[in-house]
Amino acid sequence: MKKYTILGNNDTRSGFGDGLLEAGKRNQNVVALCADLTGSLKMDAFAKEFPNRFFQVGIAEANMMGVAAGMTINGKIPFTGTFANFSTGRVYDQIRQSIAYSGKNVKICASHAGLTLGEDGATHQILEDIGMMKMLPTMTVINPCDYNQTKQATLAIVDYPHPVYLRFGRPKVPIFIPEDMPFEIGKAILLSEGTDVSIFATGHLVWQALLACEMLENEGIKAEIINIHTIKPLDNERILKSVKKTNCAVSAEEHQLNGGLGDSIAQLLAQNYPTPLEMVGVNDSFGESGKPEDLMKKYGLTAEKIVEKVKNALKRKK
Amino acid sequence: MDILQLKNTASQIRRDIVRMVHGCQSGHPGGSLGCADYFAALYFHALDYKLPFLMEGKDEDLFFLSNGHISPVWYSTLSRANFFPPSELATFRKINSRLQGHPTTHEHLEGIRIASGSLGQGLSVAIGAAQAKKMNQDNKLVYVLMGDGEQQEGQVWEAAMYAAHHKIDNLIATIDVNGQQIDGSTNKIMSLLDLGAKWKAFGWQVLEMQGNDMEKVVETLDLAKKLTGKGQPILLLMKTEMGAGVDFMMGSHHWHGIAPNNEQLAQALAQLPETLGDY
Repeated sequence: MKKYTILGNNDTRSGFGDGLLEAGKRNQNVVALCADLTGSLKMDAFAKEFPNRFFQVGIAEANMMGVAAGMTINGKIPFTGTFANFSTGRVYDQIRQSIAYSGKNVKICASHAGLTLGEDGATHQILEDIGMMKMLPTMTVINPCDYNQTKQATLAIVDYPHPVYLRFGRPKVPIFIPEDMPFEIGKAILLSEGTDVSIFATGHLVWQALLACEMLENEGIKAEIINIHTIKPLDNERILKSVKKTNCAVSAEEHQLNGGLGDSIAQLLAQNYPTPLEMVGVNDSFGESGKPEDLMKKYGLTAEKIVEKVKNALKRKK
Repeated sequence: MDILQLKNTASQIRRDIVRMVHGCQSGHPGGSLGCADYFAALYFHALDYKLPFLMEGKDEDLFFLSNGHISPVWYSTLSRANFFPPSELATFRKINSRLQGHPTTHEHLEGIRIASGSLGQGLSVAIGAAQAKKMNQDNKLVYVLMGDGEQQEGQVWEAAMYAAHHKIDNLIATIDVNGQQIDGSTNKIMSLLDLGAKWKAFGWQVLEMQGNDMEKVVETLDLAKKLTGKGQPILLLMKTEMGAGVDFMMGSHHWHGIAPNNEQLAQALAQLPETLGDY
């Protein structure tokens, strides 16, 4: 397998914050709105550098989505910032009517997604956001895997005139994507080639997939690792190309199985190339308080779980 | 336009409304009729808009309709103001039409910049557009109309707080106070109490007007415009009669969302002079 070195450790939300600052420097139409979570979203640098293009909206997410939609009409490119829970479930109808149906160029930037939010518990750990957002016509859904990829994704969506849901997280995680790797919306990244099984991972689970790949290699199993950073539009071509070679697959994500990446891949495979697919994700349950790594273990979002699912998939392979 | 011409335009708009709603046997005539005078005064007196229509709305006044269910009055007004041909009004609420039940940008209908229908969202959008105008040093104004029942939506008050805090003073919001909503009078369903005091307490400059008196509408819109640019957003509490202009539709929530039959249509049209030619 291709080896990846850890280039450092940082949170994906910092990738967003640094990307936003850079985006603000490159394009004067970039504006940012935040619902009382400037520090958590790492938007302070942008707010300091561009005080006239940063809007504090207070704890009023519904209004934030509407104001952002209105700003696009005069050519602004608004980035909204709050936790993933308040970026989606709380404001679904505002996003649906004022942004998606109205075709407005708003970037919904969502931090603290999934279980790795940790101690705050299930009220804040949204695991349904990808599903809600991918169901909306016109919405693009992006879930990058490390600091570098999140920063590049933040920059890439500036010049993409469509509504986008950009999902990232709270904890510091390994950085392994090269700093200068350009982010291509909708283009999956082949991280390591293999012939026995395809592992499609998104967000924080991509690093776990690489760890799993190493563990599998020690047992003589050659896994192909593909980073699906864009869940919608899905890179159908890349996924089908991989499974036509391996004939079995595992998906891995920090999200409900219902409505997540695995669900999108299952639809694709069922309609085009029926293949055994095993899914790593949260199985129809809410999260709970705890340390991120303990929660990931308890809910089975680990490299070990991916290895277990790979073995199931291999058994099902004809 | 002088007051008489505005009144005549409002009469034609009312004819269009009842004919549109009759044509598809669905839609919301009550609130639409009540706001016909406001729409006539807005588009033929107050609003500085540009044609052909461009989404960006640079250097022109913008209007947003938050209570999207009164789409008939807006569609008629837009067509009479040459945004699109009045003949298209015949397609209202029918399949493959740009005149959807509730306004949308999705079908690229000229004059519309946001979808509305799910209530409570238009004020936020108008505020965003107004704030972007300020950033762009564009000194034109943004107008938005809401319903009184719509004031029951929480987002309206989030937006009200935001606009005063950020001193959005290039915005003129209007509430159509007809005292009716689907299930009955607002007093019975969910009391709004003193709306003027509430908006004042939220930091807005509040004006009141009789929305079915053309002189008063024109006068108040002129006054509102003069009060812009002074650090406060402006709210017009517009008292109207639901169904205004058609005697049997007035004063009740009954005509909020139902269409007249053939006989009722004839009865309504007999009360509304044709002034600009029916579509």
